Amino acid sequence: MKDEITNNTNHTNSPLRVRSLDYLEQLESEAIHIMREVAGQFERPALLFSGGKDSIVLVHLALKAFRPGKFPFPLVHIDTGHNFQEALDFRDSLVEELEERLIVRKVEDTIKAKQLTELKGKFASRNALQTYTLLDAIEEFEFDCCIGGARRDEEKARAKERIFSVRDEFGQWNPKLQRPELWNTYNGKIHKGENVRAFPISNWTELDVWNYIRRENIALPSIYFSHEREVLEYDGQLVAISKFIQLEESDIISVKKVRYRTVGDMTCTAAVESDAETLDEVINEIIVTKTSERGETRIDDKVSEAAMEDRKKNGYF
Amino acid sequence: MDILRFITAGSVDDGKSTLIGRLLYDSKSILIDQLEAIEKQTKNREDGEIDLALLTDGLRAEREQGITIDVAYKYFSTPKRKFIIADAPGHIQYTRNMVTGASNANLAIILVDARNGVAEQTRRHSIITSLLGIKHVVLAINKMDLVDYSQDVYNNIMIDYEQVAKTLGLKNIKYIPISALHGDNIVDLSDKYPWYNGDSLLHYLESVEVHADINLTDARFPVQYVIRPQTEELHDYRGYAGKITSGIYKKGDQVIVLPAGIESIISKIEIAGNEVEEAFAPQSVVLHLKDDIDISRGDLIVQKNNQPKTEQEIEVLLCWMDNKPLIKGNKYLLQLNSRVVRTVIKDIEYKLDVNSLERIYEFEKTGLNDIVKATLKTASLLPFDSYKDLPNNGGAILIDETSLVTVGACMLQ
Repeated sequence: MKDEITNNTNHTNSPLRVRSLDYLEQLESEAIHIMREVAGQFERPALLFSGGKDSIVLVHLALKAFRPGKFPFPLVHIDTGHNFQEALDFRDSLVEELEERLIVRKVEDTIKAKQLTELKGKFASRNALQTYTLLDAIEEFEFDCCIGGARRDEEKARAKERIFSVRDEFGQWNPKLQRPELWNTYNGKIHKGENVRAFPISNWTELDVWNYIRRENIALPSIYFSHEREVLEYDGQLVAISKFIQLEESDIISVKKVRYRTVGDMTCTAAVESDAETLDEVINEIIVTKTSERGETRIDDKVSEAAMEDRKKNGYF
Repeated sequence: MDILRFITAGSVDDGKSTLIGRLLYDSKSILIDQLEAIEKQTKNREDGEIDLALLTDGLRAEREQGITIDVAYKYFSTPKRKFIIADAPGHIQYTRNMVTGASNANLAIILVDARNGVAEQTRRHSIITSLLGIKHVVLAINKMDLVDYSQDVYNNIMIDYEQVAKTLGLKNIKYIPISALHGDNIVDLSDKYPWYNGDSLLHYLESVEVHADINLTDARFPVQYVIRPQTEELHDYRGYAGKITSGIYKKGDQVIVLPAGIESIISKIEIAGNEVEEAFAPQSVVLHLKDDIDISRGDLIVQKNNQPKTEQEIEVLLCWMDNKPLIKGNKYLLQLNSRVVRTVIKDIEYKLDVNSLERIYEFEKTGLNDIVKATLKTASLLPFDSYKDLPNNGGAILIDETSLVTVGACMLQ
């Protein structure tokens, strides 16, 4: 336990301490409360783990919520096959350290089994196809609730999503039929076939996540920090060179010092130029940065103004 | 640095979305790509100016119709505070959305159009603010530029609103003259209002004291989940996980578990695996009791010398949130924090006119957005507090047993 969680609650023992929580402690307590509601209300929950910083924070919060007990859910990784190796290595070592159960389901297998058609083009992404694999996994394991690391500050459609978001048997979100969600009371009652997506860090911003990672000293995959990488500059964004993107002769490849702000598919996650090698440096860069997280690093959201709303309606996270 | 959660009430015409856009824009919380996206959309419109309201209207239907349908949450920070805005629609047909947004708010910003003064909807928004027990109110008198920055207009609205506030028992009201469109008195004070010597809106939001609103006297701890590792080394470990909704718990406290009424003593308190001597609201903790008793999710652990009511017949103010009407004699599930009990609607006494606060005793049905006084009978004992005294243990939701949808918000009396 002590090895897993940094002891940052020392100050609560001080008699001089005013009985109040700062903003990160409030957010943390709220998130733990939501996770325990999931554990208390559902038979077969799961935690969706991508290897990105938000899901790593979820794991950290789960430790705080449930240790010394085991997690009341497995970690589930929907593997697009287009991952950063650093993120996969990190995932495996984290799971080994935690001694928790990891379920991996591969988009590749779904594509083969269901004869799905992959997107074509330069940065053909499997992001949308993840939904099929996720829904299959939900069916296979009969998950009634999936905990995800989505935040409301990421995007306008997410700003309206509930903390307990009910999906129909096709995994679809219906923004017009959302349940009212009052106080800190979460209604997780569902019919067979439906499931709930629960978002414990809904009220966190990108900066809150980073500040929390710094305060709690949470380890992250190395790609979140400055490193040299071969990249292609495309439409103002830097895309890592990998076997998953199609290069043309006219493409100019350069080596740049970059880091990632989000970790998704190699095909649709762009890097930012950066010298930030430590958490402090990363946070400083974020504070002065003028572009929001999704806009800078997600190639897939720019397609249309309602891109995220459409994907969520179709069962996306 | 702490958190302030606030709701903005007012219709599109009052400039609510523009105000929020202005707060985000002027506090530099809007980033380039978000601005580019709204600039792109604005180009398709006739007037051509950047429409800050577009920052908050998230769903396609809302953009198409130019209205806010659902509660949207927006975030910004200053060095002093993190702010969470619940942006709720203002029309009467969205009363339930405002109730939803108001349920977690520390403060309400109620917008009035300086040209119209205190209107029917101002009254309605104030009534909901009062029903939900929001402790701080800002009356933002907007569009001052359209009334020549007149102090008389400001004063008259203030005098009118004092009357409304008095009837509703609203306190801590701050009156701020603004122009959301031009940014007057939002972040910085504008020199067009030499007669106004109060705070700018943002300055007030940064400085209003909300920590004192957390009740640290009446200790309530709803059990969410029981942690039982059942490993060899932790064979006897049995921890009750939950969030303290109010009050303080200390090691050695004499407690009682409700509704069963079993007494015990707190033997250990843990926060994230670390043992502490005491814990307070709103911390998420694990409590251990000295005695081996049967406790499960839905039980409430309180101090022996400070207990809530434990009853089966409960009067409530109920905001109905479903398209199907509320029917006397129907059964529903009532969820108060982690406790869920079956309940029947025994009686519906009167309907509250949310525009005038009048009680209507003769009415056909209780429909969507109606607020009624009702009596519930629960299938088992429910430990609760009056919403007015302790909202964290007095606000409950009603769930339809067949659709499983949340259909009502109850403020227990």
